Amino acid sequence: MSLLYFFFIVLTVFAIASALVTILSRNPLRSAFALVVHFLMLAGLYLTLNAQFIAIIQVLVYGGAIMVLVIFVIMLLNLAREESLAEKFDYRRLLAVALGVAFVLQFTIAFFSSKNLNSNISSDSVRIGTASEIGKALFTNYLVPFEIIGILLLSAIIGAIVLAKRKVE
Amino acid sequence: MQTVPLEFYLILSSIIFTIGTIGVLTRRNAIVVFMSIELMLNAVNLTFVAFSAFFGDVAGQIFVFFVMAVAAGEATIGLAIVLALFRKKQTVYVDEASNLKW
Repeated sequence: MSLLYFFFIVLTVFAIASALVTILSRNPLRSAFALVVHFLMLAGLYLTLNAQFIAIIQVLVYGGAIMVLVIFVIMLLNLAREESLAEKFDYRRLLAVALGVAFVLQFTIAFFSSKNLNSNISSDSVRIGTASEIGKALFTNYLVPFEIIGILLLSAIIGAIVLAKRKVE
Repeated sequence: MQTVPLEFYLILSSIIFTIGTIGVLTRRNAIVVFMSIELMLNAVNLTFVAFSAFFGDVAGQIFVFFVMAVAAGEATIGLAIVLALFRKKQTVYVDEASNLKW
């Protein structure tokens, strides 16, 4: 049992547990904080895959920026705790859980029955996870998508301002 | 050095994706639905990074970068819509926002 397995199992358990708290908690603020924990666990999983740059970006962008925005909106709206769901939603929840379990089982069977998956991390993975390698690829082969992402973020900013501003009478 | 097999990462990713889907289908609070969508996006990101590391190809991590940028844009727009909905109808429950329902 190597150290990597130990870290993988600990991170997996905490990631799944925090994901479950996120969707099961009645209090939106508790959901948000569980989601922050989930994002940190995923950053740890990226580190076990030698993706240093993505792990740092995960903590900064998801754990930092996006979750601050979510928590800000939750606190701004000052939401009360959600009452227990009405009975009419029960069959839908049952169906969702049943289909979800079937989906995961299907994936598990498919992955374990396929024999041609690589069983070891590529020796290149330490090199390609660094910021310099990702930057090199981003500004050569993926330059056009990178520029388009800039336009997308600009339109998102304009859209957010237009949607959230108060109408001036 | 012994590494964790690729299958384990993919199964973990499918479990997280399923949890996110169940959250979207069963919750009424728009902000929690939004957070469940973030869970699903992150599950896909984990798949991208796992394949990228196991096949030694940088393209997967580039796509994770793009997914994160799109998620950031989605977060701003989604939360602005929730704010506009709350201002209009004093609710964030998705089943009470039924203006477009025929």
